[in-house]
Amino acid sequence: MDVRKTYKLFVNGEFVRSESGRAYRPDGNVNVPRGSRKDLRDAVRAARTAFPAWSGRTAMNRGQILYRAAEMLDGRGSQFIELLGGGARARRELDQAVETLVWYAGWTDKLSQVTGTVNPVSGPYFNFTIPEPTGVVGIVAPEDDALGGLVRRIAPALCGGNVVVALAAESHPLAALTLAEVLATSDLPGGVVNILSGQRKELIPWLAAHMDVNAIDVAGCTGDEIKSIEEAAAGNVKRVIRVAATERSPYLVAAFMEMKTVWHPIGV
Amino acid sequence: MALTKKQTAELAKQVFEYAPAPESIDHVKIQPRYGLFIGGRMVEGHSKKRFPTINPATETKLAEVVEADDVDVDRAVKAADKAFDSWAHLAPSQRARYLFRISRLIQERSRELAVVETMDGGKPIKESRDVDIPLAAAHFFYYAGWADKLEWAFPNRKPKPIGVAGQVIPWNFPLLMLAWKIAPALAAGNTVVLKPAETTPLSAMVFAEICMQADLPPGVVNIVTGAGKTGSLVVTHPDVKKVAFTGSTEVGKLIQRSIAGSGKRLTLELGGKAANIVFEDAPLDQAVEGIINGIYFNQGHVCCAGSRLLVQESIAEPLLEKLKRRLSTLRLGDPLDKNTDIGAINSKAQLERIQGLVESGIEEGAELYQPDCVLPERGFWFPPTLFTNVSQSYRIAREEIFGPVLSVLTFRTPNEAVEKANNTPYGLSAGVWTDKGSRILWMAERLRAGVVWANTFNRFDPTSPFGGYKESGFGREGGVHGLLPYLELN
Repeated sequence: MDVRKTYKLFVNGEFVRSESGRAYRPDGNVNVPRGSRKDLRDAVRAARTAFPAWSGRTAMNRGQILYRAAEMLDGRGSQFIELLGGGARARRELDQAVETLVWYAGWTDKLSQVTGTVNPVSGPYFNFTIPEPTGVVGIVAPEDDALGGLVRRIAPALCGGNVVVALAAESHPLAALTLAEVLATSDLPGGVVNILSGQRKELIPWLAAHMDVNAIDVAGCTGDEIKSIEEAAAGNVKRVIRVAATERSPYLVAAFMEMKTVWHPIGV
Repeated sequence: MALTKKQTAELAKQVFEYAPAPESIDHVKIQPRYGLFIGGRMVEGHSKKRFPTINPATETKLAEVVEADDVDVDRAVKAADKAFDSWAHLAPSQRARYLFRISRLIQERSRELAVVETMDGGKPIKESRDVDIPLAAAHFFYYAGWADKLEWAFPNRKPKPIGVAGQVIPWNFPLLMLAWKIAPALAAGNTVVLKPAETTPLSAMVFAEICMQADLPPGVVNIVTGAGKTGSLVVTHPDVKKVAFTGSTEVGKLIQRSIAGSGKRLTLELGGKAANIVFEDAPLDQAVEGIINGIYFNQGHVCCAGSRLLVQESIAEPLLEKLKRRLSTLRLGDPLDKNTDIGAINSKAQLERIQGLVESGIEEGAELYQPDCVLPERGFWFPPTLFTNVSQSYRIAREEIFGPVLSVLTFRTPNEAVEKANNTPYGLSAGVWTDKGSRILWMAERLRAGVVWANTFNRFDPTSPFGGYKESGFGREGGVHGLLPYLELN
């Protein structure tokens, strides 16, 4: 007889039940926690707490950790292929997710060299501009690409040093909740990525309105959802990231970043 | 040696008394009434509503402008939309040439523009002459050069313009903010509808003449005057594809909400409450100049003003003494006088806002210092003001005053300085004063602000990106980063 797994939320580096005690069964059999507003609040708090240390890691260290996440994901490939329905399509999705992590792992220590500048101001000043992470980023996973869709957004956000609160695809949450196990064994500090399962219509409004979330990625959202997210986002001038779901580039990483410019006089 | 307030004023009078040196205004022709700049020419408004724009230093009426209505805004957007295709497909080198030409025309008409800016807005002529107008010209010159080099700015992409940009700008740097908006938009191949601020429309009207002088194709730049209602019509117009706003955080939030779900691209440059942090090893005399420049420049009508002074406790006393002494040497008065340091407050409404917040500071328990300072009888004026004994929870330490009012707080350790500096929903700018290089970089890394000035303050340059973290907005203006909001990178 199998020893079955209880699926849980991933908050602050721990696997927890929803404080609400509720569950739903997206595929009719497995119980999946139905995260609540309070779970979301806990996740945001965990992310905010993790932010200074994670954004303070060296770029190389972040690259190493993202690469380890790729190793862990690849190592558990057969489990994910099964979760994704098996067959060539599932294998392709897994391979792409691994490749995405490897690709962004290599970007961490190149980003500021490609998106930063030294600015030739008219005067005796040294002036440079560098990208810095915007902070706590909310990510809504697309429904149709349970693993790849989420990895394609988490990886660039982490690459730049952000921390993440992600909502798993409501209809296929198992791959996302299992991805949490990969991240938990990748030396990623607790709270840097938090993954919640549950109902979109219940969780998205709180994520969009939360005053301590700095940006929200809506690549996985419908038009109606985007409208209400953008309205709520105005409450604290959240950055709403509308870059296409297929995008893979340093421009996407930069969408999760702030540009900081520093001036200093030159003189003796 | 500690001087009493009276002795300092006496000293200042002996040493710093200057004869009047007013800038001449006879070469400047302000028309009694202006229309709207739509489709390459000045046209009558559909709206018959007009409002006066006054000189805040004298309260005299300078001109009347149209309060553009929905029909006017629609005409302007249609004109911009019509011009878009040919402007976007014009040889990029030709677009560049128009922008170079505009830059030159601003330089040629610089004195006129400086005088108009000072009369309409109240800022000292030395600031409009030496800062606003040269920077506006430089901004057009910088982005002119980008117009035919966009592929080099964004490797692996084919940048494309977005369409009609709706742009709403504030009254603190009218022509400079116009340049920050229009130059990158045009260089990227967009066309624009711009609304200048209600209290400072005149330099934009001169700019409309410059567009005509430059033979800029009709409709590429359109300028509609009005107040908040007109601005709202511009940003919500369905054919406006890109919105750029500089102004208060309150209005920025309204705009973000009002265009939710429209698919419009948005950049916001909003308020600030910058910390200017002085460590005990800082060169104090330089720091004093930086603090003065940080908060009293342009009457404190600066979104990135250093309005919170954080002083290391060990030097608070000597620094404040120097600061107070320097304060008493600031010359407040006729903005057209070349020796004036502090001009007029931009409007009655703004003056009342400043007075209200200063009142709250006194009520909450802060200690007020103002130098002896005679205010002119007519016009809107506020003396340079400094508050000590300020707690972080006071309104004067939290809210943007947008006036010549400095709140002084102290700290002991670098960590405490960072903590206090970042304790605000804003994140536009910050200042650090210290002789220790490693500490500058350590601080710069931790301050959550878009611009960090180290051992300097309030420096601007077209090549230098500017913009905020958190509730100070998003997107950057200036530099290669300033092109991005006006391009599709697909």
